[in-house]
Amino acid sequence: MFRKGKRKIYSLIFVLPTFAAFIIGFIYPFFNGVYLSFCEFRTTSDAVFIGVDNYIKAFQNEGFLHSFWFTVMFVIVSVVLINVIAFFVAYALTLGIRGSNIFRTVFFVPNLVGGIILGYIWQYIFNGILQYYGTNLALDSRFGFWGLIILMCWQQAGYMMIIYIAGFQSVPKDLYEAARIDGANKKQLLTNVTMPMMMPSITICTFLTLTNSFKLFDQNLALTNGAPGVVSATSGTTVYQTEMLALNIYKTFYANQNSRGVGQAEGVIFFVIVVVIALVQLYFTRRKEVQQ
Amino acid sequence: MKKSTFKRVAALAVAGVMTATCFAGCGGTSSSGSSEGSASGNAKNGKVYYLNFKPEQDQAWQDLAKAYTEETGIEVTVKTAAEGTYESTLTAEMDKDDAPTLFQVNGPVGLANWKDYCADLSGSDIYKQLTSTDYALEEDGKVYGIAYVIETYGLIYNKTLLQKYCDSDFATVKSIDDINSFDKLKTVAEEIQKNKDALGVKGAFTSAGMDSSSDWRFKTHLANLPIYFEYKDRNITSTDAIEGKYLDNYKNIWDLYINNSTCDPADLASKKGTDAETEFTTGEAVFFQNGSWEYSILTKAGMTDDQLGMMPIYIGVGDEANQGLCTGSENYWCVNKNASADDQAATLEFINWCVTSDKGTTALADDMGFVIPFKDAKEATNVFVKIDNELTAEGKTPVSWNFTTMPSENWKNGVGTALTQYAAGTGDWDAVVTAFVQGWKTEYAANNS
Repeated sequence: MFRKGKRKIYSLIFVLPTFAAFIIGFIYPFFNGVYLSFCEFRTTSDAVFIGVDNYIKAFQNEGFLHSFWFTVMFVIVSVVLINVIAFFVAYALTLGIRGSNIFRTVFFVPNLVGGIILGYIWQYIFNGILQYYGTNLALDSRFGFWGLIILMCWQQAGYMMIIYIAGFQSVPKDLYEAARIDGANKKQLLTNVTMPMMMPSITICTFLTLTNSFKLFDQNLALTNGAPGVVSATSGTTVYQTEMLALNIYKTFYANQNSRGVGQAEGVIFFVIVVVIALVQLYFTRRKEVQQ
Repeated sequence: MKKSTFKRVAALAVAGVMTATCFAGCGGTSSSGSSEGSASGNAKNGKVYYLNFKPEQDQAWQDLAKAYTEETGIEVTVKTAAEGTYESTLTAEMDKDDAPTLFQVNGPVGLANWKDYCADLSGSDIYKQLTSTDYALEEDGKVYGIAYVIETYGLIYNKTLLQKYCDSDFATVKSIDDINSFDKLKTVAEEIQKNKDALGVKGAFTSAGMDSSSDWRFKTHLANLPIYFEYKDRNITSTDAIEGKYLDNYKNIWDLYINNSTCDPADLASKKGTDAETEFTTGEAVFFQNGSWEYSILTKAGMTDDQLGMMPIYIGVGDEANQGLCTGSENYWCVNKNASADDQAATLEFINWCVTSDKGTTALADDMGFVIPFKDAKEATNVFVKIDNELTAEGKTPVSWNFTTMPSENWKNGVGTALTQYAAGTGDWDAVVTAFVQGWKTEYAANNS
């Protein structure tokens, strides 16, 4: 209907609303946030530029460093567990057993519940069990850690399962047939046919679980809120044992009158870490993808 | 060709509308040529925006604001921050062009955050209405905040049950009035605990829950007592380093609470504020550490005035026979200095009206249940407030609220966790001392560097 040039103009016009929203809702806050990380401020309009002080304070913040290592541990365990569980559940549900559609729905449903609600529900469940043994989530960081892992597996495995199921179904049947004729056994079929063909699904699932786990906030807030907070005998700093990066940043921001810039600086550092790790992961898993 | 022109116009219009709605969401109406200094503006041209702290009083404030607007024609907006989000809501609201003209801080530590936004109220009418200048938040000779509600806490007790104990054979203390020291309180509590079946209770104290809905009773309110006595000894009103002189007494009272309670100390970590309320109102426990704000909850649950009493929290320090209840405020009104002169004037008139007019004082006393420290205040119906007045009239010295000088939320949480661990047996008392003393120093330094 339109000539090509005209079509281009129209496409630009239709992109405009979303683009404007993107600038207002993302680009502007992002750059303003980076600027604020170099400032001392109470509200964003009374910011005073002070240089890299906030970054120095952020790296000296014991709680921040602790939450970094806690988050790294959490990410490693949860990425592996979620993907392994999701992969095998997906595998089992593509074998054609009876009622697999119902199972798919059942596994997927937890993903539809909000993080805060999930956190509180699981808090009741865990504390109910732990009370029987005379203890509590708030008393030991190990409970908080594994509690978070269980919660996240329960919530995320279903979503990843759907992606893996799609992956399984997209592997052409004739490839298996050809491999079998060539004498491949079951294990070889899995490692040499299924896995390479599934690499796009694995890429996207590891990417999603990695970034989700790194950025985890609501579940952490609701389940443990960082408890227990232990005051170090040497420095007197309160370090929350089960606090992940996002929660730590949030709490640092509101901790005291001087800490907003520090929280902001931690936010920028956090952003860089997540971007770098996600890009590295994408690079390595992409390399393993094959063309059909 | 005609058709395509129409389409082009339509497309542009749609895109334009969508963009406009995008901007509308974020834009604000720019008003208020923020003029510095005292409120010399005209209140008739101003408007009031109050960011309220107490969610339970939201409706009462909305009604009062409406009544004021009807009477004077001055627009009053009241918004309430959700429980526990006041600081973040205030931060966000302060950034807007229509920032709150009236907000609140919780004391000296909270003021440090917002001092640059607080107008000096020393010349205001409401300041002159205060019954005592102790209720003003002053720093560097300026008045930054005005306390608008006075609250009292102590050991609430079930009079009927405690009298039943006093009348029993096994009781060493034969009258409620004789309980006037930590030693006597300990005797009473332990004897109740020992004979709980005879008395028909589950324990002497309600569960000292350390869930976040209840832990402030101990990490903040109970911790006020050792701080109060230390400040008194050292003759100071705040400090950068607490010595922890009376922490042994803090331990004694905490031990008493957790070992003579309705539940196993190990279960305290997940006990909630409502658990303790239920235990008290159903007569399962005799003592309940809480404050005057609990009055409406307790009476709604069916307790009557003659069943309720409140005694000071004795920790075994100082002149205990003359110790009163803990009375003070952590709710101070502040007027936004950056609001326009008209708005500031309107705000000052509004709060003055609230505490002097018949409608205002009635709403504050009856609808919100507040005891306000102003000359025209209506007498409160709250039985705990009456007890406080009686004790003060008898010459007892009220314990002031020094927890407003606690260095930060982090400090409170550190102490709270250590108390929880100690109660559960997974931590020792040294951790509480560390959190109290070391934590104070570090948090104070972080807050004031």
